[in-house]
Amino acid sequence: MAKTTRRRRKTAPAAVAATVDEVLGYYREMLLIRRFEEKAGQMYGMGLIGGFCHLYIGQEAVVVGMQAAIGEGDTVLTSYRDHGHMLACGMDAKGVMAELTGRAGGYSKGKGGSMHMFSRERNFYGGHGIVGAQVPIGTGLAFAHRYRETDRLSLTYFGDGSANQGQVYESFNMAALWQLPVVYIVENNQYAMGTAVGRASAQTELFRRGESMGIPGMQVDGMDVLKVRAAGDQAVKHVRAGKGPILLEMKTYRYRGHSMSDPAKYRTKEEVQRVRSERDPIDQLRENILEAGQADEAALKEIDREVKDIVTEAAEFAQQSPEPDPAELYTDVLLEA
Amino acid sequence: MPISILMPALSPTMTEGTVANWLVAEGDKVGPGDLIAEIETDKATMEVEAVDEGVVGRILVPAGTENVAVNTPIALLLADGEAASDLDAAPPPPAIPAAPAVAEPPAPAVPAAVAAAPPPLEAEVPAGTAMVAMTVRDALRDAMAEEMRRDGNVFLMGEEVAEYQGAYKISQGLLDEFGPRRVIDTPITEHGFTGLGVGAAFGGLRPIVEFMTFNFAMQAVDQIVNSAAKTLYMSGGQMNCPIVFRGANGAASRVAAQHSQCYASWYAHCPGLSVVAPYDAADAKGLLKSAIREPNPVIFLENEILYGRSFEVPDLDDHVVPIGRARIVRSGSDVTIVAFSIAVDWSLQAAELLAAEGISAEVVDLRSLRPLDLPTLLQSVAKTNRCVTVEEGWLGCGIGAEVAARVMAAAFDDLDAPVARVGGADVPMPYAANLEKLALPDAEAIAAAARATCYR
Ligand SMILES: Cc1ncc(C[n+]2csc(CCOP(=O)(O)OP(=O)(O)O)c2C)c(N)n1
Ligand SMILES: [Mg+2]
Repeated sequence: MAKTTRRRRKTAPAAVAATVDEVLGYYREMLLIRRFEEKAGQMYGMGLIGGFCHLYIGQEAVVVGMQAAIGEGDTVLTSYRDHGHMLACGMDAKGVMAELTGRAGGYSKGKGGSMHMFSRERNFYGGHGIVGAQVPIGTGLAFAHRYRETDRLSLTYFGDGSANQGQVYESFNMAALWQLPVVYIVENNQYAMGTAVGRASAQTELFRRGESMGIPGMQVDGMDVLKVRAAGDQAVKHVRAGKGPILLEMKTYRYRGHSMSDPAKYRTKEEVQRVRSERDPIDQLRENILEAGQADEAALKEIDREVKDIVTEAAEFAQQSPEPDPAELYTDVLLEA
Repeated sequence: MPISILMPALSPTMTEGTVANWLVAEGDKVGPGDLIAEIETDKATMEVEAVDEGVVGRILVPAGTENVAVNTPIALLLADGEAASDLDAAPPPPAIPAAPAVAEPPAPAVPAAVAAAPPPLEAEVPAGTAMVAMTVRDALRDAMAEEMRRDGNVFLMGEEVAEYQGAYKISQGLLDEFGPRRVIDTPITEHGFTGLGVGAAFGGLRPIVEFMTFNFAMQAVDQIVNSAAKTLYMSGGQMNCPIVFRGANGAASRVAAQHSQCYASWYAHCPGLSVVAPYDAADAKGLLKSAIREPNPVIFLENEILYGRSFEVPDLDDHVVPIGRARIVRSGSDVTIVAFSIAVDWSLQAAELLAAEGISAEVVDLRSLRPLDLPTLLQSVAKTNRCVTVEEGWLGCGIGAEVAARVMAAAFDDLDAPVARVGGADVPMPYAANLEKLALPDAEAIAAAARATCYR
């Protein structure tokens, strides 16, 4: 049962002291997401990707830092802004890109698209297009972990806009009541489509949104992968110790429009430019690495090249893979018993 | 070779646009993410970013040019080590590969069942099986208990299912036997616990989610349809959702409009769901056991008035009724009456009335509403040449409408009269006893419709 006396707010820890290999790994992962998304944006421009396509550019540190904090068998799910999460979970860039182009080689055989991809093998449970709907589902995955008496946990991501959905609080209540192993991560990128947080939320300190149910919250600089990792470590420790859910608010920023066709008139160019030049998660880490002498320009350039090759290969695969066979129209409606 | 920067499509519908402004000049160095131009689309002005690193070698389409088709090269970018002299060697714009050709047009959307031969109506119960009298309530409870003993991943959750023993006492004794880990009282939070159940099912468990009544499941329709029913398809077959949503459906008695609605056609509309609505205790038990074993979401519609009714149930260790099979509950030769759930009861009464007038009615209990057992219906109509559908819900876009359309399409020549539909009055359910009675179909209304199809 929930304890009401528990300390509600935790202070975010300072950046984690990571090894050189870890740091370079984070750099590579963030860069892979950035380059992948840029490529997806370009392919959208060429008409190769249709419909909605929500890019994660600017938010890379959140998913890369959190992924570093969890272990094998922990489950992850998020909204439609999901390409970065899938890459961070270790899903193959080719399969993700081919799903964006709606081809048979995509993770969902071309039947899900950008917003709907899954990989049981990589413990990624989607990709959900209904704002907020993934939150009870992630809570249910936590329920399943607990039911099985494992020490695995559920990472359940959602946006600042989704934070106003009623089902989020229904989930918080059950998670706290039953002390379920779930880390809720609200990616506060400051906007829900064109609505700034302050125009939609009476309480804009989103990490406090679980307070009334005794869910501790932490606000984290989501543009600093090492700080994300440190907060993630602390949250994972809390949950694995059987203390129930915890809520992390990641202060982050999306550089691109909400989806590809968003002219972004609700914010100034200067605002975007300021974040890009002052807080960019990749540039910041790059500078740290060079300053600390963890790698030199040449080594980073080698990583750039590696990442570029992966993305180029993914883009080629996504164009060469055939469209799904027409017979696929009627498959996968029901699983045969 | 220099890289061509192409006119991008900036919305799903854009085919051409205006190059409004260049934010870079020839000779400028750019990198991924740098803004290079402003493009006016049919909807708005948007910025375009560079994807590759290089030096702007040549601007091919000057600012202010209108009607530039998507994918036209608008500038050339020189990569590391390339010089202006390379520009004239610029490649033709890369052909954007069409997706490799596909084989043939999709199969028409005709349900496979239409073509299939009627399955033999073999006995579901071995000859000589002993029968025991049992209420629908106990049959449902036994079905859950048997399946929970059989599979440790099956659990029950819902409002008042555990300590209170069920709002309608369906889960009587389950908490005692299985404990609070597997019989779980939820807060009153339909949207939330439905989504939680769906997540648990994705995670490999087999939840039975009880709605106190289906009226309250409207709070959770999004999770049932968008999450439970569609995810297998959207995941290309990876992520199935083995879950049962069960509870009382339809009119009870004197509880007025918000607590008296039939949701059969709502769920039967949706691919990815199976929908069953048993009438008697044997089917309640056998179908619930099948539903719990299904690897897909099943909507299991019960009826409050029938909970306390006793029927004969086969005394078997494992009585399972397959989903998707209708059952002839009374044989006849003059008219087929198609019903489900409590409407089967009214239809059997109507058949008695008709028999007294010399009309022999065959009563078909659909049992499953999705998939519909069309072969059994067609076999019956081929014999009687007349068909009446009965439901307690509203007729518009209802189960009867669906049955009528399918029978007409597949057996037009067998019909000697238009299919007749009997259903609830097209109003929210009234409270007053007399009005409530008028709003629901009864044996007399069904008999009247049957007479009309017989031109009597
Ligand atoms: C229930 C629902 N309502 C509306 C939408 C349309 N919609 C899609 S994304 C979005 C904004 C969500 O913003 P946020 O949660 O902050 O996530 P972000 O896009 O910033 O990642 C809206 C309104 C939807 N998909 N689902
Ligand atoms: Mg947002």
